[in-house]
Amino acid sequence: MPAAIQLLNLTKEYRRDSFAVTALNQVDLTIEQGEFFCLMGPSGSGKSTLLHLAAGIDKPTSGQIVVLGDDVGRFSDKQLTAWRGENVGYIFQTFNLIPVLTALENVELPLLLTGLSRAARRKHAATALEIVGLSDRLDHYPRQLSGGQEQRVAIARALVTDPKILLADEPTGDLDAASAKDILEILTVLNRDHGKTIIMVTHDPQAAKHAHVVRHLEKGDLLPEGQLPEA
Amino acid sequence: MAIPFSYNLRNLKVRYTTTIMTALGIGLTVAVLLGILALVNGLRISLEVTGNPRQVLAMRQGSTSELVSFVTQEQFNTIKFLDGIEQLDGEPMASHEVVSIVALPLRGTTEDEGNMGNVNIRGLSPMGLRMRDGLELVEGRWFESGKREVVVGQGVHGIRANTDIGDKISFGRGDWEVVGIFNAGRSAYNSEIWTDGNLATTDLGRGSSRSSAIIRATDEAAALAISNRIKEDQRLLLEGRLERNYYEEQMSSAAPIQGLGIFVAIIMAVGSCFAAMNTMYTAVARRAREVGTLRLLGFSRWSIIGSFVFESLVLSLLGGVAGVLLVLPLNGIESRLGNQLTFSETTFSFQITPESIAAGLIFAAVMGMIGGLLPARLAAGKTILNSLRGS
Ligand SMILES: Nc1ncnc2c1ncn2[C@@H]1O[C@H](COP(=O)(O)OP(=O)(O)OP(=O)(O)O)[C@@H](O)[C@H]1O
Ligand SMILES: [Mg+2]
Repeated sequence: MPAAIQLLNLTKEYRRDSFAVTALNQVDLTIEQGEFFCLMGPSGSGKSTLLHLAAGIDKPTSGQIVVLGDDVGRFSDKQLTAWRGENVGYIFQTFNLIPVLTALENVELPLLLTGLSRAARRKHAATALEIVGLSDRLDHYPRQLSGGQEQRVAIARALVTDPKILLADEPTGDLDAASAKDILEILTVLNRDHGKTIIMVTHDPQAAKHAHVVRHLEKGDLLPEGQLPEA
Repeated sequence: MAIPFSYNLRNLKVRYTTTIMTALGIGLTVAVLLGILALVNGLRISLEVTGNPRQVLAMRQGSTSELVSFVTQEQFNTIKFLDGIEQLDGEPMASHEVVSIVALPLRGTTEDEGNMGNVNIRGLSPMGLRMRDGLELVEGRWFESGKREVVVGQGVHGIRANTDIGDKISFGRGDWEVVGIFNAGRSAYNSEIWTDGNLATTDLGRGSSRSSAIIRATDEAAALAISNRIKEDQRLLLEGRLERNYYEEQMSSAAPIQGLGIFVAIIMAVGSCFAAMNTMYTAVARRAREVGTLRLLGFSRWSIIGSFVFESLVLSLLGGVAGVLLVLPLNGIESRLGNQLTFSETTFSFQITPESIAAGLIFAAVMGMIGGLLPARLAAGKTILNSLRGS
């Protein structure tokens, strides 16, 4: 079984005219399938950059990204899109639901790109919403939902194509403590009962407790296991 | 599969004020275009249905209209016995006619209010009457020979004062009584007042010369031959042309209006395009993160472009429909147009045809396409990350 994600000597620099920012500096990391992996670190340390690279929505300056055995760097944009749809679900801090679509329609969106019939799509979407505990909110619009519920819809949307990997960038960052707890509970269940590999970025030490592995980034450097950034 | 249409339709609904404003702007443009088309159509129909393809109109050489033409009794006698002329009850179908104008105020106004318009008076013989197809008396009776009586075309009756039965119209040496209203279909004759040719000629002091002669040939080829014979006869000094062609030439009076209207419509169209574009740029900017999300979920750049162009198209078609609804009440409304060539006015009704409605909607769609394309390209051109950042 290939590793979920393998980063090999990965470097990402942002160049602006004369000076360059090193967002990730020669990062080596292996995340096994089935892991609940938590990435922490101060603001600007490169956490989101790492998730973007893993999702194939950003290109590394140097180094290699191998996801489920595929060298992501070799894909064309089109292949990448298809690959992403199949293998990776993405969860945002700000939910990013489409406001004019209902919960069910939001979750159904990724399935429109598959060959599924309308009935099958609806069924899958309803199942995904059931997993996150929102069966009674199918026809609600995002503005009719609480933040926690919106994030649950977003998780259902990331989940509906049944990808092996879920990438979550501060999924509880915009939520109150109770909602955050619900979300972490759902992610834990998805990891434990549905076998999803989860890579979650968070600032919250409570959240990190749900993970098997916690690693820290500091100014683009991935610190060894167990080591925390200074200050 | 594409981004669902409901996504765009609901977005249009959510920002309905902008949608309505933009659509109305486009609607006004379409309305102007349709108004012009309706006018030109109406006028064209009115002039096209006037004149029989077998009839030849003879006028003095160089005359642009009957009003400034002379045809003497002698000339008329010569041409009425040309070969190829249709006979009716043993008589050649030819009519020597006198045309003059009378100024009448608009209905509901008086002479000193400056709403005067010139109306053609045509003096014709019983044969002349029989040479006009599709005539119909709407009210009263036809004029009697030798009496100072006139019948008024329905178009004139509709908009000009002093044209009701019993009213007196003053020209020549005195008053003429209106005894009937006639309908000449949609032809230009509807814009005329008719009376007895002999009496009118003496009354107008024209001696034995009248304005024009109309002849009916046995068939269209003969009509063409007759018109050529008249033209080529050096002694006659007359010009013959197919009656139809004469009225088609009168269409030129619509040309400046058509030109101006289309010019205005084009300028408005450019404005509407920018309005649609502006609306769509705003939409694209507001929804940058949605676009990023959709792309991340796997929707292609093309589906993003398609989605926004579709939205713009719906927006502009809404406008198109609004424009059509705006001008539809114009349909069939009588109006009039002064004619620089004849100095008299032609009444016609606005004609909104299915073709012009289709043209208006296509026009709107084109505006929407153009207005939507650039913003859509902007939205689709960004990287997923930039879209997600909303920048
Ligand atoms: N598009 C960009 N252009 C230039 N610099 C960038 C760009 N994106 C990120 N950076 C820089 O890269 C570094 C890492 O950014 P990143 O967003 O990965 O941080 P982060 O750990 O997710 O921070 P936060 O916790 O605030 O979300 C930062 O210094 C940031 O300024
Ligand atoms: Mg971040």
